[in-house]
Amino acid sequence: MDNREQVLASQLEYLSLSKPQRAIYKISHFFLDLPKKISDSFRRIPSKTRKVKQSAEGVFSSIYHAGKEGDYKTRISFILMGFGLMTRNQILRGSFYFLYELFFIVFMCLIGGTSLASLPYLGQIGRVTYTVIDPDFLIDIETTVYYDNSFTILLFSTITFILILILIFLWYNQLKDSLKLQRMNYIGKKASDKESFKNIFDKSYEKTLLFLPMSGLVLFTVIPIIIMILVGFTNYNSEHMTPTSLFDWVGLYNFEELFASGSASNNNIFLEVFGQVLLWTLVWAFFATFSNYFLGMIMAMIINIKGIKLKKIWRTVLISTIAVPQFISLLLVSYIFSDYGVVNGILTSLGLVTGRGIPFLSDALLAKVMIILINTWVGIPYTMLICSGLLMNIPDDLYESARIDGASPLKMYIKITLPYMLFVTTPYLISQFVGNINNFNVIYLLTSGGPAFSYPVADVPYQVSSTGVGHTDLLITWIYKMTVTSNSKDYGAASVIGLLIFAVVAVISLIFYNRSNSVKNEEEFQ
Amino acid sequence: MTDLSLGKKTSRYRSHKRAVLTRNIFLYIFLTIISIIWLIPFVYLIFQSLSSIYSPSNFMPYLPTEENIANGYPVWTFENYVKLFTDTNYPFWKWYLNTFVISLVTMIIQTVLVLGTSYALSRLRFKGRQGIMRLILVLGMFPGFLSTIIIYFTLQLFHMESNIFSLILIYIASSAMQYYIAKGFFDTIPKSLDEAAMIDGANKNTIFFRIIMPLSKPIIVYTLLISFTSPWGDFMTASYIAGGNPSMMTVAVGLQQMITLTQRVEMFPTFCAGGVVVAIPIMILFFWLQKYYVEGITGGAVKG
Repeated sequence: MDNREQVLASQLEYLSLSKPQRAIYKISHFFLDLPKKISDSFRRIPSKTRKVKQSAEGVFSSIYHAGKEGDYKTRISFILMGFGLMTRNQILRGSFYFLYELFFIVFMCLIGGTSLASLPYLGQIGRVTYTVIDPDFLIDIETTVYYDNSFTILLFSTITFILILILIFLWYNQLKDSLKLQRMNYIGKKASDKESFKNIFDKSYEKTLLFLPMSGLVLFTVIPIIIMILVGFTNYNSEHMTPTSLFDWVGLYNFEELFASGSASNNNIFLEVFGQVLLWTLVWAFFATFSNYFLGMIMAMIINIKGIKLKKIWRTVLISTIAVPQFISLLLVSYIFSDYGVVNGILTSLGLVTGRGIPFLSDALLAKVMIILINTWVGIPYTMLICSGLLMNIPDDLYESARIDGASPLKMYIKITLPYMLFVTTPYLISQFVGNINNFNVIYLLTSGGPAFSYPVADVPYQVSSTGVGHTDLLITWIYKMTVTSNSKDYGAASVIGLLIFAVVAVISLIFYNRSNSVKNEEEFQ
Repeated sequence: MTDLSLGKKTSRYRSHKRAVLTRNIFLYIFLTIISIIWLIPFVYLIFQSLSSIYSPSNFMPYLPTEENIANGYPVWTFENYVKLFTDTNYPFWKWYLNTFVISLVTMIIQTVLVLGTSYALSRLRFKGRQGIMRLILVLGMFPGFLSTIIIYFTLQLFHMESNIFSLILIYIASSAMQYYIAKGFFDTIPKSLDEAAMIDGANKNTIFFRIIMPLSKPIIVYTLLISFTSPWGDFMTASYIAGGNPSMMTVAVGLQQMITLTQRVEMFPTFCAGGVVVAIPIMILFFWLQKYYVEGITGGAVKG
């Protein structure tokens, strides 16, 4: 009761405020509520752990029941996976489990075991070069033999780890199913292969649909990401390049080297460059995402206006620019706006510019502005394509009644169009933001990150000097330079920066994702 | 009385009409300017591809103007296109064929996988659905380029780097990450359709193929288009995986190397010719499938 009165009082207080005050109220209360939210999440820990405990107990109790109540078929399933299913008319499913177990054992014997064993050292002998004196010609023949390969060890250890997880999951599932079938048989029901075959298209249809995409995701995204994170804790670089030499665990050395150690000036320069690149990455992602979104939406709205004719032609003109692949339009535009490009050429021949021309893409600030402008040129057609259909979905009677109430077009946009669009497109917006933080194409093809930073001192850390990192570099293009163009090939440092990108992106987008209505009210919307 | 009010009405109506007319004129002018801004670089691309010399001071190179004729510049030539296909340093034919095969195979498989994933995440309810969506969101936040490095090293172990097949595999494997837009579309189809079909005894597979798919033509076309054009224009992955081997490159990597590694200015007209040739298949695809997306792909399956 007391709580409700408080809420009522705060709502009244809120309503009595003017608009700017309301905004300030919201912002300040967001921060004022933070401690409460944090303490709430701490308070929720016991109930959450209880839930986890309950589900764990469920798992263990069903294993226990399988051991206690199971007949010999179920008990043999403890060791021979799928035995219980095979002997209960589910030969196909049972043999699938059995084959996986067989595969796992073979894999562990051949590769997995040795990889796991050498994981703590990442291999001991990299290569041995020995010379053999050829008895016939008396020439020394140099022979190199490669033994351990740190990267292979890392790769197969990760794969083994994932295979073990899958094994545990499958083992538990077949045990549970075997017990279930046993109980069904007890009351006279029988299962068959036919039924489980039917389920593929009905009851467990989602497994059928998701099997291939998810295994692709695990193989080509999850495993590489795990390895990349691990590489962040090794000294994998040009001096420790596989297969000629080994690399080793170095703990937090990469983090320290980037952010803590080194001479004072050296370190300051790194932090300064890092800060500038990070700032520009965030500024770029913000402007690139929202300029495209709003301008694209406005374009779609203008073309959707009732009186406008030739709608199809306007749309087709914009959409046809999508048909030209991005790398071509970007390289073309980078040429047009280069120091000796067409725009400067024409301005010079018209006498508007003398000398070197306008440094569209070679001046730090101008290049940044140009990149954002060119990006809207590239991106608006996409947004328009996505928005125009959504805009047509908004019920007309909403606008009608707003018009009768005398609402201005701007008000209608703010009160009707925008909330609806945000509701539907928040996941898209978030994925755009994430995509822009990692937008390699636009930056690399337009400026390649230039113009490079210049430093007052000679003593520059090599992550900066050897990569030629520049004013328009995003973190992702910096990583590219570290690992591809520079000679040091510092994969460890690149991985650390990659992890930092991930941390920044994850925090920002999870906040928006969890607060967005389209996630909260997904069911309601359908 | 009646006359007076009617006159008032018509005059108000007239002024309203005039306002709408001026607004429309402004909008038409705006749209025309926008169209010009969007099209001009491509017009330039085509003009440049048809002229043999690159001169920056000339925006419309080699229109038969007096000045150009006086300077003795050739007017309209297909030299660049001939050079593109015959230059032995740049096996453009091979790149083109590689890209075409990669894009076609990726398009077919990826469309099936993307639509399947989106359908499962949108219309089926199962344990772990939210978990999968969150997992995909989180995975998308890692810089994809770093995993490309690891994939490259892995492929190297099996001697499969610089290979069309590996590129196709990499593109297809990311299918699950692209469920967003198709899921949004499936979300708009009313659930009552599924329920009615289920009462009639249809299983989920039948519902997917017989009921949802026929309603989803716009999103099928959109997915086909995107999964064809994204490998066609992909630069980063292709340059890392296939960058070392000229005979395995895609057009994106090849053309980029053509104008950045050699004397840029000299090869620029040839690059433009390449650009035109590369754009043609996608242009054809876009105009052919136009009716499905011009009204907007997200228009929803069932209106009203």
